[in-house]
Amino acid sequence: MSGIAIKHRVSLGEFTLDVEAAIPDRGITGVFGESGSGKTTLLRCIAGLERSAPHDSVAVHKRRIGYVFQEPQLFAHLNVRKNIEFGMRRNVASGVSVDDVASLLEIGALLDRPTAGLSGGEAQRVSIARVLCQSPRLILMDEPLSALDERRRNDVLPYLDRLHAETSVPIVYVSHNIDEICRLSDHLLILDNGALVAEGELQQVLSRTDLPQLSGRNAGAVLDARKIEYDKAFDLTAFEFSGGRFWAPGFFRSDKVRLRVNASDISLSRAKAESSTILNILPCSIVAIHAENTATDLVKLQLGNDYLIARITRRSTEALGLQAGDKVYAQIKSVTVRR
Amino acid sequence: MDLGPLVLSAKLALVTSLILIVFGAPLAWWLSQTRSRWQPVVQAIVAMPIVLPPTVLGFYLLVVLGPYGAIGEWWVQVTGETLTFSFAGLVIASCIYSLPFAIQPMQSAFEAVPSKNIEAAWTLGASKLDAFLSVAVPLSFRGFVSAAVLSFAHTLGEFGVVLMVGGNIPGETRVVSIAIFDHVETLNYSAAHRLSLVLVAFAFTSLLAMFVINRRWHRR
Repeated sequence: MSGIAIKHRVSLGEFTLDVEAAIPDRGITGVFGESGSGKTTLLRCIAGLERSAPHDSVAVHKRRIGYVFQEPQLFAHLNVRKNIEFGMRRNVASGVSVDDVASLLEIGALLDRPTAGLSGGEAQRVSIARVLCQSPRLILMDEPLSALDERRRNDVLPYLDRLHAETSVPIVYVSHNIDEICRLSDHLLILDNGALVAEGELQQVLSRTDLPQLSGRNAGAVLDARKIEYDKAFDLTAFEFSGGRFWAPGFFRSDKVRLRVNASDISLSRAKAESSTILNILPCSIVAIHAENTATDLVKLQLGNDYLIARITRRSTEALGLQAGDKVYAQIKSVTVRR
Repeated sequence: MDLGPLVLSAKLALVTSLILIVFGAPLAWWLSQTRSRWQPVVQAIVAMPIVLPPTVLGFYLLVVLGPYGAIGEWWVQVTGETLTFSFAGLVIASCIYSLPFAIQPMQSAFEAVPSKNIEAAWTLGASKLDAFLSVAVPLSFRGFVSAAVLSFAHTLGEFGVVLMVGGNIPGETRVVSIAIFDHVETLNYSAAHRLSLVLVAFAFTSLLAMFVINRRWHRR
């Protein structure tokens, strides 16, 4: 696969990180894992910040790798503009202008302010602007939203969507929050205890039922879909994807959306329910059934080129005699629409 | 009032604090950042002048700086003059005597700079020296003010060490504290009063200025 090859092996006391992977040279690569799985250590190795890593020939400041920290790490003695120019002045110019980046992140009005009065969300946007202006070859983001409360997150998330759409710089985005990962990533790496346990295109990886990291509330699939119609009378929007169409409540402005369907929001039946309150009932075939724990199974379903994950009780699996290859109907109770 | 000793003291204190700030800052930075096991050893050596009697310090300096001492002999060869009982010798002695008063405020200020702030500067393209000068130093401004004021004031008040290595040569080594001692010895109390008052006033105003600056900075 083309992309940026990363290979890092470092021991920190009891913990060892040993990861070899390829990061696509476009889009966002999510790195998902529990805290302590080595996500931050991996980013620090890529940036050259990890002291215990074997010494690399390239100094940190010559790598042109932007790093967005959990806390914005703005320089308190410089105002917003000087902060943004800090990296710009120290790197080869590549036509990026402060004004363009400031309008992308809507921080134009803050440029001449000191950093002290900024809200958490504003400060994080400034730190992202600072990284963009250094013309990096790669951007690393280490849980950039985790220090923000729910409301402040929404001051930053839409800008990450925008960044995703507009920048050609590859981004590695670390998070322990599956929703952020689903919303932003195109490609996914899953780390566990310092090792890479899964790697691949987001949809492909999320459709795996055998990974403990993707069980419980993290189980679920994403579908990239296209808006096709809006039913004004009932305020519902229809989206189409390779396996059929979906109705979701509300109106959506963008034509291309990403739908997140949690495993717990899907139930299965052998026959199509004729009189049901559930709007989205889609025919699909079972690809695999995997025991999630002693009570429940995760079922991987295929519809067109896409996949869904359903959580059902093991008793139901047995009662319906479900097995791989069977045709079933997925009753989807709710979907979350992103972007 | 004889201004000679006052001027000499001020000159000595100024030169000393300048040297200590310029050369002490990298040492303070190293002390604040290193994970070396030698850090506590260096830290202890730097702090020694606080607890050592000035006469002990002065005695060893006299031995080392004297014309037959390691540094003194080399100095005689290079400049043709002796280091002891000279202004240059006093500067060296003062730098050692006031070292902890310059290092410790700078070190605490550097320790308060978030390490991730420095790492951010590196990832933005700043070399280690660049990040030190353009991030760590400005963020530690308060520490530099304290270091300058404390090392200046402390050098001004130095007595024992000067007496050991500098003696009492007017215009060369007769600093204000020596002059006061002289006046008291010769029972010229009014002259001693005048110089002492100047020192008391200076000590108070410089410390006051330092605390005011620190407070303002803190509020920002």
